[in-house]
Amino acid sequence: MKPFAYVRAAGLDEAVAAHARHPGARYLGGGTNLVDLMKLGVESPTALVDISRLPLDGVEELPSGGLRIGAMTRNSDVAAHPAVRARHPVLSQALLAGASGQLRNMATTGGNLLQRTRCSYFQDVSKPCNKREPGTGCGARDGLHRDHAVLGQSERCIATHPSDMAVALAALDADIELYGGDGARTVPAAEFHRLPGDRPEQDTVLRAGEIVTAIVLPAPGRGAVSLYRKARDRASYAFALASVAAVLELDAGRVRRVTLAFGGLAHRPWRATAAETLLVGAEPTPDALRRAVEAELAPARPLRDNGYKVALAANLAVDVLGALAARADGRPRIP
Amino acid sequence: MADGSDPRPDPGAGAVPPGPGGAAAPPASRVTLKVNGTEHDLRLDHRVTLLDALRGHLLLTGAKKGCDHGQCGACTVLADGRRVNSCLLLAVTQDGADITTVEGLGSTAGDLHPLQRAFLERDAFQCGFCTPGQLCSAVGAIAEAAAGHPSHATGADALTDPGPVTLTAEEVRERMSGNLCRCGAYPRIVDAVRDVTA
Ligand SMILES: Cc1cc2nc3c(=O)[nH]c(=O)nc-3n(C[C@H](O)[C@H](O)[C@H](O)COP(=O)(O)OP(=O)(O)OC[C@H]3O[C@@H](n4cnc5c(N)ncnc54)[C@H](O)[C@@H]3O)c2cc1C
Ligand code: SF4
Ligand code: FES
Ligand code: FES
Repeated sequence: MKPFAYVRAAGLDEAVAAHARHPGARYLGGGTNLVDLMKLGVESPTALVDISRLPLDGVEELPSGGLRIGAMTRNSDVAAHPAVRARHPVLSQALLAGASGQLRNMATTGGNLLQRTRCSYFQDVSKPCNKREPGTGCGARDGLHRDHAVLGQSERCIATHPSDMAVALAALDADIELYGGDGARTVPAAEFHRLPGDRPEQDTVLRAGEIVTAIVLPAPGRGAVSLYRKARDRASYAFALASVAAVLELDAGRVRRVTLAFGGLAHRPWRATAAETLLVGAEPTPDALRRAVEAELAPARPLRDNGYKVALAANLAVDVLGALAARADGRPRIP
Repeated sequence: MADGSDPRPDPGAGAVPPGPGGAAAPPASRVTLKVNGTEHDLRLDHRVTLLDALRGHLLLTGAKKGCDHGQCGACTVLADGRRVNSCLLLAVTQDGADITTVEGLGSTAGDLHPLQRAFLERDAFQCGFCTPGQLCSAVGAIAEAAAGHPSHATGADALTDPGPVTLTAEEVRERMSGNLCRCGAYPRIVDAVRDVTA
């Protein structure tokens, strides 16, 4: 690890100013990703601006019925918050499906959104990687890519975004609040992460020096039910091969509103807008669900070793939507 | 606040001043850690993790370095009562924190913590390398369940009930999944944890 200065910011403006003063600085949240990458030599900041003690902590209930989650709130505290559990169970479930009890106690909401890919070439400085070092090539494309993207990947990069939480936020139509030298702005969660295109080094639309300050969840829709499901190589403490977050509202047995997002398939949480459009107004029969999900996944372009993800994701989504339809309907839940 | 300094300004904290012979002294800060009830004033290079501060500076070698990347749980300690991976925490960020390691679980009179006794009675280890982390993790997990924190094993219906969680074997396995045991003592670890919660 290279030596670095350490600044503990007492306020937001002080943090932004300290970041601007140190070219090559990084903000430090829980450090569970950044410190790891510093040990691997992937990150070598000149300074760490510690924002973990900023008073952006806690879940605030908004008059609209929405929730504002401070960016420094730890993953475990968001997952355990009674209002999150009652209104948006999909978010608690997604958080609890990620990492371990220890890591969730450390990880912040902002850091979770901004964690980097787990692509093993990205994490190994002796290997080519366009994301880590633009122009060096992509080691994964012809190498080990069993965990990599099947949707929206580019010639330059086929990495996936590893966050479970971000998948739930995409399905919940959350907003992300940012603050930087140019002031505050808000970005929809589903548009926060980018597709790799020609600039895989850029994971998100975050501008240099900007801080994620909060996540805002809208009030849940009438009768909304939600669910997160994740497929992985072992039952716990493993990243997603594919995952699904969905929120469903029915009206007289037909879909009034549905949101569906996939994790593990792309460089960002994949919001399934094509499937959603096909489902609105339809009866959520197993056939209708499968047709909609397969239409969404039709553009998938798997590589040599990750074709299994398409079928896995389709089955997960049909299963999750079916379980939600049964629950929204008041019919007994199919186990 | 002075640029590049920690909350308690230290000459070495911000810039990289040239040391003797022109070599740059790596930036360091003063850090106070309360460990197992005793306060320690340290001056630490910013790169030192809490795990290395405990093992290398305070000679508390209970917490183990298994992977050094957050992947095994052998380094688990309690920071302000919450279980954390000390290998991914920079010590400088923990200034003022109250740390409990496996050495601090029992009483000062030498009595073992009930969980330590349960591990002995259940023979919940072979080589013992993972045990300090398992013990600290279990203490944290039991407190989390008592405080009503759900887990991935908590059913959808129970998710909306913020009351204390009963630690079934399935709950213990899920909550302890951040602690690997290469000897495979898992079944007895689960039994030992449940012994103290039953
Ligand atoms: C062994 C292991 C297993 C894991 N398994 C999973 C899993 O299954 N699912 C999953 O989703 N995650 C998993 N994780 C990842 C974990 O969730 C992330 O490391 C964590 O959420 C990152 O949060 P942090 O606060 O520690 O971020 P940090 O490490 O502090 O920061 C991450 C990045 O975000 C930047 N940053 C942090 N906060 C802000 C902010 N507020 N504004 C702007 N920039 C910011 C930092 O500069 C850094 O670049 C795992 C991690 C490990 C080590
Ligand atoms: S997939 Fe992306 S992150 Fe992985 S090696 Fe290729 S360019 Fe790097
Ligand atoms: S040594 Fe910290 S998790 Fe393995
Ligand atoms: S007892 Fe040997 S690693 Fe667990």
